[in-house]
Amino acid sequence: MEYIFDWFRVLYQETGINLPFLYDEYDRNRMVEGFFTTIWLSLVCLFFSAIIGIIGAWLQGSSFKWTRRIVNGYIQIFRNTPPLVQLYFFYFAIGTLLPRVDNDWGGQSPILGSFAWAAISLSFFAGAFNVEIFRSGIEAVPKSTVEAAEALGFSKLQIYRDITLPLAFRVVLPALNNNLVNLVKTTTLAYAIAVPEMLYEANQIWSDNVNVTEMMVFLLFAYFLLVGILVGAMNRWERAMKIPGYGG
Amino acid sequence: MSYKTDLPVMLQANPHAPEPFLGLKLWHILPIGLIAIFGPGLAFAQSTNEAQSPLSVLLDWAPLLLKGFAFNLIISFCAMALGTIIGGILGLGQISLLAVTRHSSWFVTQFFRNAPWLVLLFFAMFLLPFEMNVFGFKVPFPDWLKAILGLSLPVMANVSEIVRGAVRSLPSGQWEAAESLAYTRLQTLWLIILPQCIKRMLPPWMNLYSILTMATVLASIVGVNEVMTLTGQALASEGGRPELLAPFYGFILLLFFIYCYPIARFTVWLEKKYAFIT
Repeated sequence: MEYIFDWFRVLYQETGINLPFLYDEYDRNRMVEGFFTTIWLSLVCLFFSAIIGIIGAWLQGSSFKWTRRIVNGYIQIFRNTPPLVQLYFFYFAIGTLLPRVDNDWGGQSPILGSFAWAAISLSFFAGAFNVEIFRSGIEAVPKSTVEAAEALGFSKLQIYRDITLPLAFRVVLPALNNNLVNLVKTTTLAYAIAVPEMLYEANQIWSDNVNVTEMMVFLLFAYFLLVGILVGAMNRWERAMKIPGYGG
Repeated sequence: MSYKTDLPVMLQANPHAPEPFLGLKLWHILPIGLIAIFGPGLAFAQSTNEAQSPLSVLLDWAPLLLKGFAFNLIISFCAMALGTIIGGILGLGQISLLAVTRHSSWFVTQFFRNAPWLVLLFFAMFLLPFEMNVFGFKVPFPDWLKAILGLSLPVMANVSEIVRGAVRSLPSGQWEAAESLAYTRLQTLWLIILPQCIKRMLPPWMNLYSILTMATVLASIVGVNEVMTLTGQALASEGGRPELLAPFYGFILLLFFIYCYPIARFTVWLEKKYAFIT
């Protein structure tokens, strides 16, 4: 491994192509940490946005007019405003209103850090899309299927858990994957509030080493590969989960 | 008439109609938005009597912020126009008969579709020169122009996919019928396929435009003087008062919402209108 890393140092000395995140251990650790922060942020947002989506879809089927209206309002507001402004709004406007706590160094720090705000903001953003996706999936399950299950004596919970949800999940999987890919791409916005994710770390490295071109090209390929692998895996999953003789 | 029985054989039909946004008309957005912004402002105004209230500060800055927002819209128009032209060509390249053209267009499309918008914007910002030598003249290359180029890259890739998807969604009988009537490929594409595709492309294209408009604020991160940058500067020049943050950022949210929500509604309406025409 060291041999490969050293080769990149030689590459720099010979050609001037500077890739410090490969041969320099400090920069390498930064980059790896940035990569895992991106993945971690995506996973956290994926989890919470899915929960928001499920609860929202359930609330949209509520018989209370105002519950449905509030959920609709949430969806429209988060879908039609820029995610960056939402992030700023959460981080700067709401973040400053919250109480501050004493930290380990005797100073004061906000109760929620930038990572937490990025996770909250992006979860709400992706969740707004998920509500619509889940709702359309539940509506896509034919009424006759539910009626057949009722006729077989399934309880309401059983129908939801064993009939509606598995079918709906397969229907919405493409849209859900699309949203997930968008979410991974949107995590770059967390750069704006100094969450140490991949773009932020790359920015740090190019500020230290003045190798903007190399870092930019690397970053493009890194995201291309990350998203490409994700899309490929999701497509395989979609094919494996396909309902035979149902839809295209 | 209805009967009370233990066994409801026939259920009352209860159609679930999609509701309009909060059951409100379009013009209701304005008063609600105003309350949303000025509500917290008024609440804070009681505590800070000696300083100017957040409401009046926001009113002072509103013309400048609106100018910044207009600049955002200009960026979005230009990036959309540029991206649509190049993306259209790229999309047609994806359905080309030449394998080389098809595969290279596919790769370019996928590459720019998979990269985050912000990374592409950084890419354009830092790697394009600040001025160019054209026939001995030094042509300056300002930030906003670079932002337009940077934003048009993902638009291009998405338009390319929209074009490809629309052409692929047409029944192959259209191609075969045109061929049997001795149309050339170019004629088929221009006279038969594309006119039918326009209808299919319009809703996703408008959706993309709405996404692009919301992405123009990203240009603030790389230092273009648009509405977000101006907001930051306005807040700084007011001395960074924390009670100003919510009204100002809320104002920007409202601006974008007023602009993008009608577009979204119109897109949904178009989708419904064209849904049954195949």
